[in-house]
Amino acid sequence: MFGAGGGTVSYEEIEEVDVILLWGSNAREAHPIFFHHLMTGLDNGATMFAVDPRRSSSSKFADVWLGLNLGSDVAMSNTVAREIINQGLTNREFIAHSTTGFEAYAKSVEPFTLEVGEQITGVPASAIAEMARAYATADKAQILWTLGITEHHNGVDNVLALCNLSLLTGHIGRWGSGLVPLRGQNNVQGGGDMGALPNKFPGFQDITDPEAHAKFSELYGVDLPDKNGLHLTLMFEAMERGEITSAYIIGENPADSEADIEFARATLRGLDTLVVQDIFMTRTAELADVVLPASVGWAESDGTVTSSERRVQRVRAAVTPPGEAWHDQDIIGELARRMGYDWGKPTSEELWDELRSLSPLHIGMSYERLEDGGLQWPCPDLDHPGTPFLHGWLWEDDLGGHPLAPFSVVEAAGPKEELSAEFPIRLTTGRALDSYNTGVQSGGFDSPIRYGDALDVNPADADRLGIADGELVKVSSPRGSVEMAIRIQPEIPVGLTFTTFHFPELVDINVLTSDAWDKKSGTAEFKAAAIRIDKISANAGEGESNG
Amino acid sequence: MSEQSTATISTVTVSINGSSVTVPEGASLKDACGVAGVEIPTLCWAANLTPANACRLCVVEVENSRTLVPSCSRQVEEGMVVQTDSERVHHSRRMVLEFLGSSVDLSQADDLARWSKAYGADPDRYGNSPARIEEEIKIQDNLYIRDYDKCVLCFKCVDACGDDAQHTFAIAVSGRGFGARISTEFDVSLPDSACVYCGNCVAVCPTNALQFKSEFDLREAAAWKPEEQTVTRTVCSYCGVGCNLEMHVQDNTIVKVTSPNDHSVTNGHLCIKGRFGWQYVQPVATE
Amino acid sequence: MADLHLTEDRASATEVAAIDAAIAAVSLDPAVVHETERLVRSGTKRKNDRRHGLLPALHALQKESGWISPGGVNHIAEVLQVPPAEAFGVASFYELFRVDGAPDQEDDVVHVCVDAACQIAGADQVIADLEAAGKQVHRSPCLGQCERPVAQFIQGRRKPDWVEADAEDELWNLPQKHDPSLKLLKRVGRIDPTSLDSYVGVGGYAALSKAFALGADQVIEEVLASGLMGRGGAAFPTGIKWQGVAGESGQKHIVVNADESEPGTFKDRTIMENDPFALIEAMTIAGFATGATKGWIYIRGEYPLATKRLEGAIVAAREAGFLGEGIARSSIDFDIEVRRGAGAYICGEETALFNSLEGFRGEPRQKPPFPTTNGLFDQPTVINNPETLLNVLDIVQDGGATYASTGTGGSNGQKLFCLSGHVNRPGTYEVEFGPTLGDLLGLAGGATGELKAVLLGGAAGSFIGPDMLELPLTMEATREAGLSLGSGVIMAFNDSTDFPAVLTRLAEFFKNESCGQCVPCRVGAVRQHEMLVRTSANPSEADSQLLNEMDQVMKDASICGLGHTASTAVRSAIALGLIGGQS
Repeated sequence: MFGAGGGTVSYEEIEEVDVILLWGSNAREAHPIFFHHLMTGLDNGATMFAVDPRRSSSSKFADVWLGLNLGSDVAMSNTVAREIINQGLTNREFIAHSTTGFEAYAKSVEPFTLEVGEQITGVPASAIAEMARAYATADKAQILWTLGITEHHNGVDNVLALCNLSLLTGHIGRWGSGLVPLRGQNNVQGGGDMGALPNKFPGFQDITDPEAHAKFSELYGVDLPDKNGLHLTLMFEAMERGEITSAYIIGENPADSEADIEFARATLRGLDTLVVQDIFMTRTAELADVVLPASVGWAESDGTVTSSERRVQRVRAAVTPPGEAWHDQDIIGELARRMGYDWGKPTSEELWDELRSLSPLHIGMSYERLEDGGLQWPCPDLDHPGTPFLHGWLWEDDLGGHPLAPFSVVEAAGPKEELSAEFPIRLTTGRALDSYNTGVQSGGFDSPIRYGDALDVNPADADRLGIADGELVKVSSPRGSVEMAIRIQPEIPVGLTFTTFHFPELVDINVLTSDAWDKKSGTAEFKAAAIRIDKISANAGEGESNG
Repeated sequence: MSEQSTATISTVTVSINGSSVTVPEGASLKDACGVAGVEIPTLCWAANLTPANACRLCVVEVENSRTLVPSCSRQVEEGMVVQTDSERVHHSRRMVLEFLGSSVDLSQADDLARWSKAYGADPDRYGNSPARIEEEIKIQDNLYIRDYDKCVLCFKCVDACGDDAQHTFAIAVSGRGFGARISTEFDVSLPDSACVYCGNCVAVCPTNALQFKSEFDLREAAAWKPEEQTVTRTVCSYCGVGCNLEMHVQDNTIVKVTSPNDHSVTNGHLCIKGRFGWQYVQPVATE
Repeated sequence: MADLHLTEDRASATEVAAIDAAIAAVSLDPAVVHETERLVRSGTKRKNDRRHGLLPALHALQKESGWISPGGVNHIAEVLQVPPAEAFGVASFYELFRVDGAPDQEDDVVHVCVDAACQIAGADQVIADLEAAGKQVHRSPCLGQCERPVAQFIQGRRKPDWVEADAEDELWNLPQKHDPSLKLLKRVGRIDPTSLDSYVGVGGYAALSKAFALGADQVIEEVLASGLMGRGGAAFPTGIKWQGVAGESGQKHIVVNADESEPGTFKDRTIMENDPFALIEAMTIAGFATGATKGWIYIRGEYPLATKRLEGAIVAAREAGFLGEGIARSSIDFDIEVRRGAGAYICGEETALFNSLEGFRGEPRQKPPFPTTNGLFDQPTVINNPETLLNVLDIVQDGGATYASTGTGGSNGQKLFCLSGHVNRPGTYEVEFGPTLGDLLGLAGGATGELKAVLLGGAAGSFIGPDMLELPLTMEATREAGLSLGSGVIMAFNDSTDFPAVLTRLAEFFKNESCGQCVPCRVGAVRQHEMLVRTSANPSEADSQLLNEMDQVMKDASICGLGHTASTAVRSAIALGLIGGQS
């Protein structure tokens, strides 16, 4: 990677793009309004390749769908890279001027001939070559991804492999071309921006950077930790080892959302103290010693959130919170006061201005300037218009003083959990249009298009297993079993199954999902588990079909 | 900061009611009228949709043009001489308003009522029982209703559902002439259709033929009080796209959600979660 | 493209076969191609490129099932990736497609014309008789057979459509047959319209050779010099259109507007049934002159014989090397497809025709932009009427100047007129521009009974009285009289005519045929019809005043010519005292 984490282009740029690689993303359902911009691009003549194990609703908009084997993303991108190099379609000038590590990278992808690529990914070599050529020769091209890339045990490698493609072709740092990680939650970008990462201060400043450390410590009058903290997965491991004995969870529902959920719940139960601050009595809150009722961030409180295109926008209180619910900032302030730090009751604007004094990315974003459409970071001063696309420096003569952008050699590794005779079927999970995460919010409205918790199975697999559409079956992984209904879907490849994760109260799907996780990001491999499907009772099943 | 912004934009000068107005090339006559401070009534035009060019309420008189010209979809040309206030223009607008008033329930179309008054439209002069659009109200789910008695066939809902935004194409115009209706295939119910309940059709409807169920229920209970409502702009709580929402609140209760047309992310459009997913904020049903 | 959602309805095996064959017949493969289980091609471009297969697919479904079934729509939607709601919206636009349930009879459907010429010839009685005989009858707008009322068209179920009257005339019975002064119709009855040899034998394809010799630019010069004006009704100079398209680049089209639907009009059918090669040759010249490589004939769905003759002629011409790549041993590419309309008067409006052909509802587009830059598929397009194009053969052969020396100066060349109603010998007549209305009626053997009125120009035209017999039927003379030649309709009415009934039906025609897109026409045409019904076509002074007001908004603010002319005939009838003023 070469800088702060965030989408490098603006949504509107995709309306003018020539080639789109939609990779591990079902944006049609998960990011519907971004997809409007994408469809405008298609209407304007863009060509789209969808790389996804599933022929998702987004894939249906693609000119070409490449249904790669689950978890073969690095092999696919390395094959694309080798083909681009082999065909002489690299942007040589850009590579020479702006990047480093090309030789080693080229050597690392050399084994990934089209034949090898086809063998590993399951996608015909000709289609991989076609995608490589289209991407490399496009004037403007973007790669978009979501959790299909990141929720793997090697999610970071997956991302780096895609970054490599952009460096190979120079599709980065220019209007229209770039890399677009689509954020799944309304402020996951803002959380990162604000330093809700174990290794960063706000504004992506390293905790280990002495200058940044001094700046923050001085302002708060405390010697802040100078070592990186733990990310969520490591926290759970630390809890298991008894190194963490208390947790304060704000607006997160890990008792439903973590992979290998039985482990997560047991670990939370084992804590000495669990404090949960939420707007719902979630399954996590039910485990808590203390529950702090909070207000709804976007409808009952003032503040800001940051979107996938790094756009910081205002949220505002439209209604007053019910009962004894407090704003998050007031709860935290009150806790601090009781711990001996009375910082009064700052307004959200005062807190924001403090952030602006600390984060160079945000200096120019006064509340006044954020009033209407928001601003995209970096916005280093009050006259700065914000930044539609990142990394323009790659094209400057002196690289704007930045170091060369590095190619990363990435290893092609399949899913951690291999298929076996006992668990011969792949399970992957994802989102549905009308639902969201563990369903605590989206469950609040009555959606006519919600189909619930079915497991999508290819008709050939269903035939082989002797199961019918709608039949209740037992689905097991090495970690546990759940009962769920079958939905026969011709469009899911043989050997793959899919379900959403929105209905934990109906089907505890994360009982099944893999506990493997990425050592670099801490993200679990929700996208690839090995399962088996058993009829619940042969007799019962037959009885049903006879009746 | 699009690439194009570096190119110089050519301009065109036209005359609107005798005063000279300069606008960018490619602007519509309606845009030019806006610059000249002249209000153009329109039903089928919306800032976030391609002009449907169907209602003909926005017609103006252009010198040397045999017929009146729809200002929403006609691009400016250098030297055009435009009258927006002539007898012919008035006549056409009045007749269009009369035609609609005589055939459609405009009781919840506030703009139309205002214009009908201003242009002196008399929809009652077409005999005792002029043909009207008479359709049963369709209530097929808890998110929105369709009351096609109020439909003026402006095409906005079709365009918002179709290639101007949502690309779902759950609805289209069916039939022909006065029998034309907005319909799913074979008029199947919405839940059986391709509809994904983004509500973008509802948001663009100018006559309340499409109505959020929350609004419909309040109106039925005679408790819909737009004058008491506040509108607060915030950001959707679901995915990370950053769609702006306008929360319409009455008695500290959210009653409907829209999105600003001029917002670069949404252009006024939302998905089912943004449009209807707010109910968890007030889980106790509003009675 | 698109994540289509389909209902559970599935097409029958025979529906699938019929639809697939129709789509293959227009050289289209499915929009979604599963190359392997892991590789699928689809997308916006494939979808858009196939949309024009919709109308042929709907025709096939209608023929197979007798209606547009939900399962059939779903199959079409899947193959072409047309959203089902849109496919339904398109199907429901057309007279020949039934969308409101499966027919309760397996029979063919007899379409009987109820418009003026057939109305006064007893259409109601014919319909009553057919219904009494248990036939499925559909009351149809004008079927383009006004010279042989009462017109019928039979929509075959699982077999081709046909017109009973066609079977008898292998070589058409032209009133002026063998008249040496004929130019446009000179081959009618002299050649076998199914034989290219027969056409070549009387000098066919000499004009194309001459055009090649002249070169494209010079052909356009000749057409400009000829002063040829369009014969479809709008009388726009043909050479200007050609010149405009020649100056554009990219894929260009020649479209023949053979959706001859103006009540009273049947001249283009005369041409297409009897001299199809001539139209094809003229289109080829237009393609050569303008650089268009693709030709389309959009022919109304109720012309089965003309369609068959054209399709046969295209195959024969292609086999002989007159169509396709490198036509007539040149480096010029040009080929033609025939597309059938499905019953909608509005599709004779050129931009509505484009929409219809492209697979959309036949709703007119706003102009500008004009077809010469943004026509079929939004590409530069010449759109001409068959009669107009036929003139090009002589213009190329004899030179534009020679052509311009014929006619009246204001109206050059030859003109076809469609005589029908109360005349002794109804039919298509050709004259050099100049003769009067009386002369034309004389050619047709004069009126039967006492002439009360003539409808000049079709339903979109005007009624004129016997006092106008001296009116020269030229563009300039009719314009001066506040009239229009339209498509050359001369429909005579004698003293036996029930004018209130004729005018009420005429108003109903516009009410039914309005596409519904714009408010003035959609509602105005209904209000006009209501008024005639309400007053028994005897409008009071106040009613007439209101009618004038409605006419004004329809003329001023409708999108297209249908609305502009929807009350012309009614108002002219009132002015003439044919209706009203009898209280």
